[in-house]
Amino acid sequence: MSENYLLEARNLTMRFGGIVAVRDVSLSLREGELHCLIGPNGAGKSTFFRMLSGQYRPSAGEVLFQGQSIIGQSSARIARAGMGIKTQVPSVFNAMTVRENVMLAALRSLTPALARQRCDEVMERIGICHLAAERVGILAHGQRQLVELATVIAPRPALILLDEPAAGMTGQEVEGLGDLLVELARSCSVIVVEHDMAFIRRIARSITVFNQGSVLVEGPADQVMSDPRVRDVYLGKEVA
Amino acid sequence: MKTPLVTSSRLGAVAMVLIATWALFVVPSGGDMTLILSGSIYCAFGILALSLALIWGFAGILSFGQTAFFGVGGYAYAVLALNIGNTSTAALLAIVVAAAVAAAIGYFMFWGRLGDVYLGVITLVLTLILYRFINQTSGSEWKIGRAPLGGFNGIPSTPILTDLGGNPLWPEHIYVICVLALILSYLFCRLLLATVFGRIVVALRENELRAELLGYDTRLYKLGIFTIAGGLAGLAGVLFANCVFVSPNMFSLTTSSQLLVWVIVGGLGRLAGPVLGCFLLLAFSAWLGTLNAGSWLDPNLVMGLVLTLFVLLLPRGLLPLMQGGCDRALAAIGRWAGTRPGATGEAMTQEESR
Repeated sequence: MSENYLLEARNLTMRFGGIVAVRDVSLSLREGELHCLIGPNGAGKSTFFRMLSGQYRPSAGEVLFQGQSIIGQSSARIARAGMGIKTQVPSVFNAMTVRENVMLAALRSLTPALARQRCDEVMERIGICHLAAERVGILAHGQRQLVELATVIAPRPALILLDEPAAGMTGQEVEGLGDLLVELARSCSVIVVEHDMAFIRRIARSITVFNQGSVLVEGPADQVMSDPRVRDVYLGKEVA
Repeated sequence: MKTPLVTSSRLGAVAMVLIATWALFVVPSGGDMTLILSGSIYCAFGILALSLALIWGFAGILSFGQTAFFGVGGYAYAVLALNIGNTSTAALLAIVVAAAVAAAIGYFMFWGRLGDVYLGVITLVLTLILYRFINQTSGSEWKIGRAPLGGFNGIPSTPILTDLGGNPLWPEHIYVICVLALILSYLFCRLLLATVFGRIVVALRENELRAELLGYDTRLYKLGIFTIAGGLAGLAGVLFANCVFVSPNMFSLTTSSQLLVWVIVGGLGRLAGPVLGCFLLLAFSAWLGTLNAGSWLDPNLVMGLVLTLFVLLLPRGLLPLMQGGCDRALAAIGRWAGTRPGATGEAMTQEESR
């Protein structure tokens, strides 16, 4: 029943020439869920992520967001529908200050006065108030990740898609990010693509494991983490 | 942080106000006709430089053929003025026509999601097509209403703006209008860039993907700024038509490449820089012309050399160089006086630069 789901991906397939990067993958997400996509390098997670966020048009299958198909729609339109997207490499306005970055995100849906208020609120929540006047281009990778996250949540999206949000962060930053995502998931739905297993253990409630373009295992975090097949694809299979 | 009283940007602003005051009040009463005539042309070209500075420097759109809208503005003014008689209405309509042509071209370019290189090529081709087309309109059959297009010769009978009584304005009046138009165009661009629209335009130059992912339809913003810049180039064309008369050279490759050189030499990512580059290089060309009437020295070759030297040695252009030098001098004076100047000037530099 699609109306119960915030996001529904049905039988998504993506081919690049003769290579099938993602093969017949489905995923459903309810409101308030925090779902993680994991898998080894080249498993198809990021391709799947880009189909969910409208950056790639699937070769086959359908993506429904709030019951409406988003296939063929522009990224701007999908964002306005309530989807916040954080890309793998931090995508920020490097020549602008942190405050300007977050303000531009808030201004899309708010008046300047309300946007300023929202901007302060978000920077406080993410913990980047002390960087407000800094130019984003000179910040460390982990800090730029946080700035991008701030721009993603500023317009109050219904669904947040995060591609490797913990990459390049210090241990302390990763801990803070984990707590933040768990807290965010109380007010909106979150999908996280990540490599860092410690981070996944900290935040995940449900997990989909990708391998070679298909779903290997799917289910509650504890169950998936203890599945021997998951260990095999991450660490390599033991030779009998 | 305490802002020092004297910064390079404040000195720059004071210099601009002084030059504008001199140009507006001292020059017209001085009666130097050469200065008045060439000043008018400089200001018209200054607005053209400003239009490219706006879209290339702040929206990241390289319009190699910004002269297309310059020429369209000029020709539209000449044709409309000859047909409807009222020059003020013709001038306003001509700006609208230039902006509309920019909007039409921009629609196909931005909705077609063309890459930066193709934008440059298409705009260049547009101005060259118009150049070829206008050049071959010398026959008597090439008339729009009462206005003969005149082919290679242009329209020497281009009407001059008139006063309320319908009498053509004197060169001194045209000069004041040109200076005022340049000042107002500059202030307009500054204000435009400070609006939310302007900030989004700069943001999409910085990172188009992020602007899209934040929900901004970047095509609309690019179209908006391209249309505005087209209108500005059209205004430059109208003023040029009043200083000289319209001719196919307004569309020529020489004019369009000169425009690019002005912007690069003055400082890409600035508004005042390209205007400064335009003035200095026009004066330099004029000086070269006096050397030996062009018998052995090709001004275009010299311009090419200037461009090469700037790209290799001063890629950020003259204005950032001057501002940097001024900042260092102020810092040295500050140290000497035992006070430490703040970073306001530098912040401004970063803000305006790419």
